[in-house]
Amino acid sequence: MSTLIDHSDAQAQAPRSYAAYSRPFWQRVVLSREFAVVALLIAAIVYSRSQVDYFDGPQTMYYLFRDSASILLLALPMTAIIITGEIDLSVASTVGLTSVAFGMLHSDAGFSITVAALLAILIGAVCGAFNGFLVAYVGLPSIAVTIGTMALFRGIAAGLLGTESRTDFPDSWTDLAKERIFEDQPYPMILIPFVVLAIAFALLLHFSPFGRGVFEIGLNDEAAHFTGVDVARTKAMLFVLAGAVAGFVGIYTTLVTGVARAENSVGLELQVIAAVLLGGVSIFGGKGALHGVIAGVLLIGVIQRAMLLNGQTINIINIVIGVLLVLSVMSTSLLAGARHLVAASKGARTSGRTSDSAGKRSLS
Amino acid sequence: MRFQNRRLASLAAVTMVASLALTACGGDDESGSSSDGGGGGTTVTFIPKNLGNPYFDTSNAGGKKAVEEFGGKYEEVGPAEGSPDGQVTYINTATQQGRNALVISANDPDALCDAIGEARDADIKVVTYDADTNPDCRDLFINQADSAGIAKVQVEMIAEQIGDAGEVAFLSAAANATNQNEWIGLMEDEIAANHPDIKVVDTVYGDDDDQTSFDRTAALLQSHPNLKGIISPTTVGIAAAARYLSTSDAKGKVALTGLGTPNQMREYVEDGTVTEFALWNPGDLGYLAAFAAKALVDGDIEGEGDTFTAGDLGEFTVGADNTVLLGEPFRFNADNIADFDF
Repeated sequence: MSTLIDHSDAQAQAPRSYAAYSRPFWQRVVLSREFAVVALLIAAIVYSRSQVDYFDGPQTMYYLFRDSASILLLALPMTAIIITGEIDLSVASTVGLTSVAFGMLHSDAGFSITVAALLAILIGAVCGAFNGFLVAYVGLPSIAVTIGTMALFRGIAAGLLGTESRTDFPDSWTDLAKERIFEDQPYPMILIPFVVLAIAFALLLHFSPFGRGVFEIGLNDEAAHFTGVDVARTKAMLFVLAGAVAGFVGIYTTLVTGVARAENSVGLELQVIAAVLLGGVSIFGGKGALHGVIAGVLLIGVIQRAMLLNGQTINIINIVIGVLLVLSVMSTSLLAGARHLVAASKGARTSGRTSDSAGKRSLS
Repeated sequence: MRFQNRRLASLAAVTMVASLALTACGGDDESGSSSDGGGGGTTVTFIPKNLGNPYFDTSNAGGKKAVEEFGGKYEEVGPAEGSPDGQVTYINTATQQGRNALVISANDPDALCDAIGEARDADIKVVTYDADTNPDCRDLFINQADSAGIAKVQVEMIAEQIGDAGEVAFLSAAANATNQNEWIGLMEDEIAANHPDIKVVDTVYGDDDDQTSFDRTAALLQSHPNLKGIISPTTVGIAAAARYLSTSDAKGKVALTGLGTPNQMREYVEDGTVTEFALWNPGDLGYLAAFAAKALVDGDIEGEGDTFTAGDLGEFTVGADNTVLLGEPFRFNADNIADFDF
């Protein structure tokens, strides 16, 4: 029911069963997994504002967005990739590699900063294309491919720059990365490209035929293939997009810290995947929505910031976020199980899509 | 592309609610970011390279003792792993909390500068200790011993222990650790200049992780069968290397020296695996850093040439590049190790 595939054909052929399945609009919104995450986010903000010292200050939102920006950006393509049932573990390594490439192209090769930035995004896209080729056209499992390229890209980055770093970037660029959109408001500049990309990904994923293909692949890629979705091309494109976004994040990370290093963003891929799953995307594919993911990233960010300001150590924070993630994954399977039972007890009356998705779940 | 109105509407609704909730926090309420109000004393936040590292546990215990002596508020926060990104988060948090001073051991000379800059803009004094940032980004660096002295004492010890001839290797911490790389560079220069029969054959990195350092030691002995000595200028590395050597054939044949803490090295000195190693007193380092932070906050010192008193340790003078030197490294061996407990 929270799948966002448009089954207009099914609706035309079997209007009665579809109507029996569907609920009023407000119920579908309120009962959705994404709504729960958004509600949790708002609750966390309201609670922190009243209970946590310094949280209610002007800097909180600035640091929150600035610290979460990389995860927010990388979560956009990652959501689409996980919805197809694939995964990309190499994004953080791509960030490291493009950070190094950006720094070296500017400092060592003497390219202008603009050209260096464009080339870095291109390098990110090439990294993504390499993943995409192996996954989509050679047919290797993405988890294996991207574990390999996670080490490969990071290795190339370390090979290129070793233990050194590059720091000579023009102040106008490093300042821009840290600046606020409005002087007296806490929103950092990075929110502009993020909002643009988020809208682009939302349109692509939720309101375009390409996006419907993405969801169909996640539910059943063979069926998607027979309904005319170019499965390989869709997957390959998503990996290329993930690489290009990682390239952009590589530039942002470099500018906001002022340092191009091979170790930039080590371990970030797990935070991205964790946030995507918390946001309600099914690791088995076929299910999820971007607004849930964005709320998921911000929820983790708010909890971290509130606990930091409260003086908690990082280990406690990790335990809390880990428990939250496990609970969120558990709640998904518990809900799925409950729905399955309800569907089974209702029997043939609601045959339509319910038994459909139940059948798929048992396959996966 | 066909838009589905309901879905679009729901997305828009949810986004609006979320952004309203977030904007509410934005407001222009300037509450809280100034200092802690009267009566609390000087608030000092220590940010080590990582938490749970015995070296920093010792140095920060010294810091805590000092802060208690001058009636301030002590706090220790830090990342679980030695990463600059993690430290940036804690620097930002302390800035937001309006602490008076930060005492930081930098995981990267450049990556912290922006965050430190924001802290200093908010009138927070920033002291680095153990590992420095670029000199222009902090107020003061508390140097445990000058690098030349540290390099020299380690080369002297290894030269004495291997008869001033043979192959030696370095077991370092992280490959981008500022102080480690500087010491190793100076040791290589010193060996090249004054010890013609000693040959440096390898530098390996244990990432300040016990198991990694242990494994690197094993690999080092395997790939260099003629190795005469190992210099490990990191307390985690030397202890792991000593643990490996103490149970291997190389015990007594391959000399091990470097920088270690007496408590970690005691059993290896007693069983003959290690003859002599060096260190400053990390407790004194943290103690001195806390008093220096206090002197900065009170406006007693501003830069080169100014002097201040650091409790029991006596008087110190701020040197070139706004650096304060703790003193000469100290050599620990079987004769004196029993006198120390840290």
